[in-house]
Amino acid sequence: MSSSPILELVGLRKAYGPLEVLRGIDLAVRAGEMVCVVGPSGSGKSSMLRCCNRLEEPTGGRIVVDGTEITGGGVDINALRQKIGMVFQQFNLYPHLSALGNVTLALRKVRGKSAAEADALGLAALKRVGLADKAKIYPGQLSGGQQQRVAIARAIVLQPKLMLFDEPTSALDPETVGEVLKVMRELRESGMTMLVVTHEMGFAREAADRVIFMDGGAIVEQGPPHEIFGAPKHERTRAFLTRYTSWA
Amino acid sequence: MDGLARLLDTFFNTEVAARYWPDILAGVWITIGVGVAVTATGLALGFALAILRAKQTPWFSIPIVMFADIMRALPPLIIIIVFFFAFPLIGISMSAFTATWLSLSLVLAAYAEESLWGAILSLPRGQSEAARSTGLTWWQTMCAVILPQALRLALPPLTNRVIAVSKNVALGSVVALSEVLNNAQSATSTAGNPTPLTMAAAAYLAIFIPAMILARRMENRMQWRV
Ligand SMILES: Nc1ncnc2c1ncn2[C@@H]1O[C@H](COP(=O)(O)OP(=O)(O)OP(=O)(O)O)[C@@H](O)[C@H]1O
Ligand SMILES: [Mg+2]
Repeated sequence: MSSSPILELVGLRKAYGPLEVLRGIDLAVRAGEMVCVVGPSGSGKSSMLRCCNRLEEPTGGRIVVDGTEITGGGVDINALRQKIGMVFQQFNLYPHLSALGNVTLALRKVRGKSAAEADALGLAALKRVGLADKAKIYPGQLSGGQQQRVAIARAIVLQPKLMLFDEPTSALDPETVGEVLKVMRELRESGMTMLVVTHEMGFAREAADRVIFMDGGAIVEQGPPHEIFGAPKHERTRAFLTRYTSWA
Repeated sequence: MDGLARLLDTFFNTEVAARYWPDILAGVWITIGVGVAVTATGLALGFALAILRAKQTPWFSIPIVMFADIMRALPPLIIIIVFFFAFPLIGISMSAFTATWLSLSLVLAAYAEESLWGAILSLPRGQSEAARSTGLTWWQTMCAVILPQALRLALPPLTNRVIAVSKNVALGSVVALSEVLNNAQSATSTAGNPTPLTMAAAAYLAIFIPAMILARRMENRMQWRV
């Protein structure tokens, strides 16, 4: 396994006014690694993820992506964001654009590709998520699982170094969760570095290289899935996992 | 003369109509001209203000909100009168055309700003976050993701307002703008017969019914795409 970190968080802090939701997060994600983040609601998982591409401004600490510090002044955040794909719980597809239009927008606007070039790359990305035949369809006519796969295609078409997933299957009907997880597994097998916030414990257990348990804005415990799920060291992890599995 | 004949003679007097139709037609062109000019500048200014307001900096937002509230609260007639009669006192004179065009443009801009801003605000935050996360700039996000959706949402209130404000070109008669209604009124008093007013009404229908049909078609076309 390669050891150079693609993502490095050093003492990351985030506060919304007086409310501190990240209290010094230290985390390194190596190239090709898939890290799953679990934890109770409000523990700061989304905030951490959203700081990684500066959709939220961190209030302290450093974030290094692929060797470039993205915090602090003087960075071209729009250039850096192309290296960091993000997939949202609510898909956030553009409803006025076709699936292909969604996938090619940044290629055309940011990369300055011609329509023909962008379409070719976009179709290839849609093919990777198994939706080449839906290129002309608008998001309103796609199922939730299909929409989320288009959203994944929209991110990977830019060939990011790192992919962030914020509960990518939480808004899906149970029958379409599997198709999205399958695409994520294939992405991981292709060597993508992934940081995934999820409540799919089964997926985390079987697909992750490492599982992070967060609570109260801090990383409480981390390790390989069999350790976190099989023999959690921390009382809070145990409580969370039993509560979670008993609810599920 | 029986009732019907009197009615026809009073409101549909062909002799009066023949004499005054060139005046009415001249007024029609003025009304259409001012209406089109008001629509163009009013919408352009309103959209610009809504986009500036979306920047969400108090330096822009507070004056824009004040402008929109004042322009929507004041009767347009008063704004026209202020521009035409009060501004010359501080050394700013303008023609009846300019006063009417400017006043109504500002009123339309205020309503257009509110409609578009409301539509922008109603879009899920995730839309701009998704665009920004792929490296689009704020402006690219606005043009490619936010405005196409917001304009579609705002289209029905916008078309209604464009028609309502264009109809207010008739208020220009208080500053002697020679639009349809003003010409019809003077014709009515010189002729001593209200037939020119009937002609003005017909002219309004001829101008605005097609405008309404056009607006409805635009709305329908926009709804089918999704
Ligand atoms: N924009 C915001 N303004 C103020 N407080 C916020 C904001 N976003 C999140 N918070 C608060 O920060 C805390 C952490 O939120 P966050 O969304 O990061 O948690 P989470 O672990 O992702 O939870 P969930 O599992 O419910 O998604 C919560 O208490 C939340 O209410
Ligand atoms: Mg969350």
